[in-house]
Amino acid sequence: MKLEMKDQPGQLVAALQPISAVGGNIIAVIHQRETSAAAETLDVQIVLELPEGRLENLLELLREQGVSVVRIGEERLLYEYTLIVIGHLMHTDLSDTVDRIDRTGSAEVTDLSLAMPAINSPSSARITIRSTTRAEMKKAIRILRDVAEQKELLIIEPLEDGR
Amino acid sequence: MIRIAILGFGSVGQGIARAILAKDLDITVTGLADSRSGIIDAAGIDIAAALDRKGNGDPCGTPGISPADVVAKAEYDVLVEVTPTNVETAEPALGHIRGALRRRKHVVTSNKGPVALAYSELRDLAAANGVLLRYEATVCGAIPLIHAIKEGLAGNTISRLYGVFNGTCNYILTRMAEDSLTYEQALAEARELGYAEADPTYDVEGIDAGVKLVILANTVLDMQTTLDDVERTGITLLTPDALRLAEDQDCTIRLIGEIIAEAGVLRVSPRIVAKSHSLVVEGTLNAVTVETDLAGDLTFIGKGAGSTETASAVIGDLLYIHDRYVQSS
Repeated sequence: MKLEMKDQPGQLVAALQPISAVGGNIIAVIHQRETSAAAETLDVQIVLELPEGRLENLLELLREQGVSVVRIGEERLLYEYTLIVIGHLMHTDLSDTVDRIDRTGSAEVTDLSLAMPAINSPSSARITIRSTTRAEMKKAIRILRDVAEQKELLIIEPLEDGR
Repeated sequence: MIRIAILGFGSVGQGIARAILAKDLDITVTGLADSRSGIIDAAGIDIAAALDRKGNGDPCGTPGISPADVVAKAEYDVLVEVTPTNVETAEPALGHIRGALRRRKHVVTSNKGPVALAYSELRDLAAANGVLLRYEATVCGAIPLIHAIKEGLAGNTISRLYGVFNGTCNYILTRMAEDSLTYEQALAEARELGYAEADPTYDVEGIDAGVKLVILANTVLDMQTTLDDVERTGITLLTPDALRLAEDQDCTIRLIGEIIAEAGVLRVSPRIVAKSHSLVVEGTLNAVTVETDLAGDLTFIGKGAGSTETASAVIGDLLYIHDRYVQSS
């Protein structure tokens, strides 16, 4: 998002503080003093991650600090979900399992760690899925549950699964 | 003084007897039965002698006196039903509890079967006869979970309740994570230490945890559920690799029982849990988190099984009845 604030000491901190207050994570702060049109204000661009539904809350807190939001860029929500799968993963075509999630287009497997013991013993894999919305994540998990049932795999889900 | 009749003289029954002997609890035992014998004595049974007989492998009382005789004929205020659980029919415990309630006797039980299968019937029967039915020991041994929810958290709405309900599984998973044991090795060790039965199915397939969820759902969450409503996955297929993969991310795997009240979900399954989570307890401990609207989240941790620990829950129930009912009557 692009912010406009008074060019005074402490203003940048005042603009950043509400982000952590709503549980956000600042990824980058781009601070371009010379491009500001009026001498009294300062333009700052911030790239950040926010928990879902906190944006309105953040905007309100920024307004209270006297900071105006010039522009909000692309909203890219990121959901991550890590689970462990146990079974005959190779015999049941692991790449197909991954593919079925990737094919949704909205969720993808971004990390996979595989442990393979002796031949014919069940193997274990840790799979991380990312998606842009909660609904798409739920869909991806449903697909994985269906695949697991077909292929007789055991899925171990995290405690906080938001079902 | 409160007079009790004890049905079942195994681990729990003997734990109660020892606590009564060791402490001044104002409890007199007027009836006692194990699977082979019974004693009825209105003046009070010599429970030290009964413990000795049991210790020598003898019946605790006179062969020919059955549990049903004790229920029907002994003079007692509270029936203490602590025989082993039968999850299919709940018998013969269910019949004995009904018999005592119809005689207008209070009942305290550690037996999961009757409470899981017939709670609403037994509750109504107790109410119709003006007596109490209490069952703290059926869930998580020494942890006073039911009392805490029903009395301490009265007025709260519980949205979710989840945790470690089975000490045997928790021991096995703790050992698999600690020393990279296989499931079979950890189970063998649990058996050696007396934490697992010869047939461990009831524990490792999540049935025991499932029954506890049913009891909590039906008795404190006002749901109407049976064991068939519990989505259930056990721990038998877990691999040391899976635990290591969890460990790589500062997590571990625990068998978690969970009730999501509004969605009507009851499930028991192995889950990935951050090692820093309060539910990650070691060994045979149990741990339960209750999410409430007024009190926030509360986590209870304690011993989920054991002779003295389960006896503690039974005695708590007995003294609750003693304070409210028996003294004044």
